[in-house]
Amino acid sequence: MISSQQTGFIARIINTAAAWLLGLVWLLPLLFAAWAAFHTSANTAKLDFMAPITLSNFATAWASAPFARYFLNTALLVTGILIAQFILCTLAAFAFARLPFRGREALFSLVLIQLIVAPDILLVENYRTIKWLGLVDTLPAIALPYLASAFGIFLLRQTFKTIPTELEDAARVEGCGWFNILWRVYVPLAKPVYLAYGLVSVSWHWNNFLWPLIITNSVENRPLTVGLSVFASLDQGIDWSIITAATLLSSSPLLLGFFLFQRQFVQSFIRAGIR
Amino acid sequence: MNYKPQTTITAWLLVMPAVALLGMFTHVPMIGSVLHSFYSTERPRRPSRFVGLDNYDSMLDDPIFWKALINNLIYALGSVPFSIALALAMALFVNERITGRGFLRLAYFTPTVMPMIAVANIWIFFFTPDYGLIEQVSQFFHLPAHNWLGSTNTALFCVTLVAVWKEAGFFMVFYLAALQQIPNDLKEAARLEGASGWAIFSQITFPLLMPTTLFIMINALINAFRVVDHIFVMTGGGPNNATTVLLFRLYEIGFKYFDHGQASALSVVLLAVLGMIALGQFLLFDRKVHYQ
Repeated sequence: MISSQQTGFIARIINTAAAWLLGLVWLLPLLFAAWAAFHTSANTAKLDFMAPITLSNFATAWASAPFARYFLNTALLVTGILIAQFILCTLAAFAFARLPFRGREALFSLVLIQLIVAPDILLVENYRTIKWLGLVDTLPAIALPYLASAFGIFLLRQTFKTIPTELEDAARVEGCGWFNILWRVYVPLAKPVYLAYGLVSVSWHWNNFLWPLIITNSVENRPLTVGLSVFASLDQGIDWSIITAATLLSSSPLLLGFFLFQRQFVQSFIRAGIR
Repeated sequence: MNYKPQTTITAWLLVMPAVALLGMFTHVPMIGSVLHSFYSTERPRRPSRFVGLDNYDSMLDDPIFWKALINNLIYALGSVPFSIALALAMALFVNERITGRGFLRLAYFTPTVMPMIAVANIWIFFFTPDYGLIEQVSQFFHLPAHNWLGSTNTALFCVTLVAVWKEAGFFMVFYLAALQQIPNDLKEAARLEGASGWAIFSQITFPLLMPTTLFIMINALINAFRVVDHIFVMTGGGPNNATTVLLFRLYEIGFKYFDHGQASALSVVLLAVLGMIALGQFLLFDRKVHYQ
């Protein structure tokens, strides 16, 4: 006879083994890519796991495409989008959460449409608009469709609604206007949500590809993702180890940030996920 | 309710910048897509004119459109259930006190923070003929050689697999959030009654996770029509359009052939698909889940 304690123990072992198996399978592509990036392509193709480590792939990748420029573009892009999103979404979310006005519910429903129809789908029309504005092949053109984010407005509105009105009333008694109330009461109390939204936004826009691919066509304005795809598609003379090195290089700031702040990162996504 | 005029003015000023930008890049383009789908593409010396349903007619006559639609449905039906099932398994694994929990959470979630383009670059090598990792392993076992991305039978499967790998960890996070909301007393009570682990999962945990599952399903479905970056790098829609999906086709028509009339018609199809998903969400959910 097997006691229930023993079955519980066996179940735990199976559970743990399955979890680890899945974890290793999940990490395998990344581990393999990391291994390949530090070895010559000849050794990578032979799967020679004893081969010596080399940094030459990174040096070659860095030298054969303007990655420094791509990094700068992506950094500027991501920062600009984040600042604009914080400002626009905070103002709108505050009005939607706390100011009763005619047409509020209808307007908010219209805002939520963007949760389903993201600008990614509307490439053709958005290209037309950007062209009309004369902004084709500029960094602002990449950012513009994403500056007002329904997700950000929704997330901040939900947060602002949970803040007790007593706090606001106290500030009002002291003669604060709406801007002071927003700045001194609401924004500080929503700090964790700003962090969560910020991380989601940065990683999303760091990784965005299709719209920047369409709207830019010069090295000066190309972000990392587009630069990387251009680099990888020039397959004459560029071998896989070098492409992998470039790939890891382009993902490294996010990966590094993620490994360092893993707990906050996952917690932030959870927070953004609960909404 | 009485609205104070001054509050209304302040509120409209506050929402105006966001609403104007949203309108400019979401709502107006939605209407614009529908309108332009009834007009021919502007060519040199041949201005755009009203052509009724001509764009739709030629779209429906285009075998690649149907191919893209069917591929996209296969891609959605292949990736959505698998990423949801894996996400749930991952969340259940790391929600328990398990050896190496932090490491496992990291392992599952890491693909989420990488650009899809980077992910595609990494996976290409796995599928490469001759010296790709999968080929090396199958050579070792003396299995016949197979060009995974170059064959019309397997290319769509490979592309779907990569999407699952990239997204499961992201959806895991939503399940983790939901699992943390389930009171432990429920499970404790069931355990005292002698319920097995499977009974607890199937009769308590899973039903309680249902709203989360629906939420993830809707998001995964939307992503299946929106997240196609890796197809650009891995297959370019090929071989023989085996991995062409709707958004990829839209890119080709709009920005390789510059046929904006056709592209608008295809945009309307994509909008209709998203509209149906939204309708499904509306019917499946209590409205309160969204608005409160």
